[in-house]
Amino acid sequence: MDALTVVDLTLAGVLTGLLYGLMALGLSVIFGVVRVVNFAHGEMMTIAMYATVVLFTWLGLDPFVALLPVAAAFFGLGYLLQRGLINPFITRPEHSQFMLLVALAIILVNALLMIFGPDARHVQLDYLLEPIEVGPLLLDRGKVAAAGVAAVTAAALFAFFRFTLTGKAIRACADNHLGAQVIGLDVRRLYALTFGLGSACVAVAGCMMIVLVDVTPTLGPGYTLLAFVIVIVGGLGSMPGALLGGVLIGVSEALAGLFIAPSAKSMFSFALLILVLLLRPQGLLGKSA
Amino acid sequence: MKAERRATVLLAVLACALLVLPAFANPYVLSVATLILFFAYTGQAWNVMMGFAGQLSLGHSLYVGVGAYVAAGLFFLYGVGPWAGVWLAMLACALLGAVIGALAFRFRIAGVYFALLTIAFAEFTRIGFDHFAPLGGPGGLFLKVEQRQHLDLLALRGPPAMFYYVALALTAGAFALCSRLLHSRVGYYWQAIRENEEAAQALGIDVFRYKMLAILVSSSMTALAGVFFAFYYNNLFPEQIFNIGRSIEIILGPIIGGLGTLFGPILGAALLTVLADSSTELIGALGWDIPGVKQVLYGVVLLGVVMFLPHGIWPVLAQKLGLRR
Amino acid sequence: MARAISRRRFSLALAGAAASTVAPAYVRAQANRLKVGILLPRSGVQGFIGQSCQKGADLAPAVLKSMYGVDIELMNADTETSVDTARTRAERLIQEGAQVLVGPFDSGAASAIAQVAEQHSVPFVINIAAAPQITEQGYRFVFRNFPTAPELVRNGLTLIGDLFRVTGVVPRTAVYMHVNDTFGQANTKAIEAILPKLDFLPFKIVDTISYDPAAKDLTVEVGKAKATGADFLLLVSRLADAIILRREMVKQRWEPMGIISPGSPGMYENQFYQALGKYSEYCISNVPWYVPAAPLTKTVEAAFKKQNPKDELMFHALNVGYTFEALMIVADAYKRAGSGDAKTLTEAIRTTEIGSRMMLGGPIKFDAKGQVQGNASAGIQNLNLKPTVVLPEASAQTKPVFPTPGSRKA
Repeated sequence: MDALTVVDLTLAGVLTGLLYGLMALGLSVIFGVVRVVNFAHGEMMTIAMYATVVLFTWLGLDPFVALLPVAAAFFGLGYLLQRGLINPFITRPEHSQFMLLVALAIILVNALLMIFGPDARHVQLDYLLEPIEVGPLLLDRGKVAAAGVAAVTAAALFAFFRFTLTGKAIRACADNHLGAQVIGLDVRRLYALTFGLGSACVAVAGCMMIVLVDVTPTLGPGYTLLAFVIVIVGGLGSMPGALLGGVLIGVSEALAGLFIAPSAKSMFSFALLILVLLLRPQGLLGKSA
Repeated sequence: MKAERRATVLLAVLACALLVLPAFANPYVLSVATLILFFAYTGQAWNVMMGFAGQLSLGHSLYVGVGAYVAAGLFFLYGVGPWAGVWLAMLACALLGAVIGALAFRFRIAGVYFALLTIAFAEFTRIGFDHFAPLGGPGGLFLKVEQRQHLDLLALRGPPAMFYYVALALTAGAFALCSRLLHSRVGYYWQAIRENEEAAQALGIDVFRYKMLAILVSSSMTALAGVFFAFYYNNLFPEQIFNIGRSIEIILGPIIGGLGTLFGPILGAALLTVLADSSTELIGALGWDIPGVKQVLYGVVLLGVVMFLPHGIWPVLAQKLGLRR
Repeated sequence: MARAISRRRFSLALAGAAASTVAPAYVRAQANRLKVGILLPRSGVQGFIGQSCQKGADLAPAVLKSMYGVDIELMNADTETSVDTARTRAERLIQEGAQVLVGPFDSGAASAIAQVAEQHSVPFVINIAAAPQITEQGYRFVFRNFPTAPELVRNGLTLIGDLFRVTGVVPRTAVYMHVNDTFGQANTKAIEAILPKLDFLPFKIVDTISYDPAAKDLTVEVGKAKATGADFLLLVSRLADAIILRREMVKQRWEPMGIISPGSPGMYENQFYQALGKYSEYCISNVPWYVPAAPLTKTVEAAFKKQNPKDELMFHALNVGYTFEALMIVADAYKRAGSGDAKTLTEAIRTTEIGSRMMLGGPIKFDAKGQVQGNASAGIQNLNLKPTVVLPEASAQTKPVFPTPGSRKA
């Protein structure tokens, strides 16, 4: 195992990690603010992936372009979902939320199966198979682009929450639900907005994911779990935290795969989760509970 | 106490019906009934931890799997029968539960974080067993079935009716145990902890001790389900038995039926299994033979119950029947 | 498409779900009509495979009627890729009068159904399942017309030797990658046991890399394999990971002399071509296949085309072929037995001897354990986006291409 391969693969792990982080961003926003345990997260991303495939097949839209309409659509859907279905569940106990979203996930996965059938769908873009050459290293073009989108999205979200009035209002709701209501914030609307934003994030992640991974109806649950692991490792409600968590998982999996056994690499993600839960439950970049 | 009387009478009627079921039911119904009882028992075991002590475990398949593999492994490698193997299985699961519980409570992990911790342990174990060759690895562990005609309770080999009665005995035992516990001091402490942990602590209840007790009881009970599973199905695959899907299956019953109630898990398991099967029949009869339709139907019903009957079906049913439990 | 479930639909509608589940009688079959329960994973993770096998089942009744003059009534059930469901569905089929069971593609489900079949003394003919243990349990009603994993591997490895002999190219090293599930593990065990004994095989395996079947990202695995500098890639995979691996190989610019599977699904399936286009070319899979020139193959192909005008038999060769053959075994036994009685039928199946078949191999004949010995594999190479039989030479449609044109020796 020469040094070049190690560097190459570790770098690939970082890029993959950034994409994972992008996927987890949406969950961090939703879970961090609205405190809803979104166990249908992976399914939402799967739907976004199918949407991108459909747009590509019918309209020839490149996923990087389809990003915008899909994200916008998901924003709207997320908003409505929150207002309509999820809002009454915020005050309910966690297991109730969990069951609601599991039921939703079952419906979504099988509806996808009915509509699209069990075969894997993909987006055929030949330019993605050409790697980017950086000296002796070969980088996956799709991953680099996806990583770029991840960074931009995270930055945009971060700026939104830091600098805009609405963003600050949302953070206020997250920090102190009662207090926010007391000072007159329309909490329901803000929660819906947040869910919409989170969903839009998930949509962006889906558009990027389809560039690298083929979509099947049963893709969701694995990613839901991964998203939760990343969000907890990185820290709830923290944008950079989600990316950092993703990168950590990506790199640890790459290294575990390299030096130990690739088939056991998920074990390390879970071991990492257990460690973080025990030593720093608020996550690496999260605020202290 | 009219309500109490009525409850006892109904319970007796149900017990009689269940006892004589094999005489009237065809093999298909018997297999479904056995499955219902399996999930009723496992759900009841999970209910101890969640419904009584308020700890959400989403990785309960861990105990089913470990219980199954320990008993099956002893049988496969050393010829140790299930009645002996079950003790070791329970011990192993209790230890695991203790570890998870201790870690969680020591480090103040609760709610969703605790749930994720349990998932992490289950997944970790799944992948671990996938790489553990002596017990078959991903290829699975196959137990030899000597015979299935005459009753050999000691080796858990016999006709399907035998398995039905074993499952029935387990479920009845769990029901009795939970009933005792719930109406004892331990049960009241558990409920206090579930309702308001801080208040309970303020009252002087040793929260750590009782939470641990809940976990130990729950995990050892679930181990038995695993042993049953191993000798009923006679083959184990890590991918299937430690699957997070199984963990979710286990908790569906109690949540739909009624969390924290005695009868909830049993009712929930029955309703869900019947629902799953009738969906298949209904869809077949209507000719909508498209894969996925049944699960959508199932999901919609689930959604409906979760949204409109948040405390489960049993409390509503109990009221309608004039019982108070 | 003959949907022979109208009687079932009618009686169900009449009886109502509740009433029908309590009624204790086994519904006796009508004379001259055999009720066959087909159990396949039509939903869940293995959904697309089950649906593929179903095509083989659907076309069978008509073809078998013209071959044997018997009436087969199919009772379809979905195992939903779940062992619990497989078991209860099997029970249900038997209760509804199924006289024989066929299926279920997956080894776990096969084991569960086998136990139900044994319990009820109902014959069970397995179409596809490779775990060797299934026919080692001493079952008397379980029959399998499919090679076990060790057989698959032995056949596959031997074919690799043939490949080198026919093309005159002899690579020295291979890197072995395999998916870490039931299938991959069975293959690995078999390779470890058999490879050293086949001393006509000149290559050494320099590294073994196993990967998680659920992994969506195989960058590290491919990177490791590439770093070994091996001459060719020996691969045991499923469809989804085969696609991911191949794409990753292109991205990392790793072009070994060849990608050869000693016996696993994936590289010869339609989706593989759809997803990879020209990059799917030249991959070789040594898997059970039909004999293109056999008369029965032509018959089945015609029936397939009629039922699935937009599809090609070659993309479902294994699934349709073995499912059809399982039903053929049932029809043949029924004809000889003259009755659908379980014991008679089982004994008739036990004495099956069918020489004229569509799948490659010796005659269909069950040994004492209910296993057919002699099912062979063919070398299937992806040429012009079609799975093409290149080995054995006797059945080949064209000569194999090896090494892959334009490959670089590391």
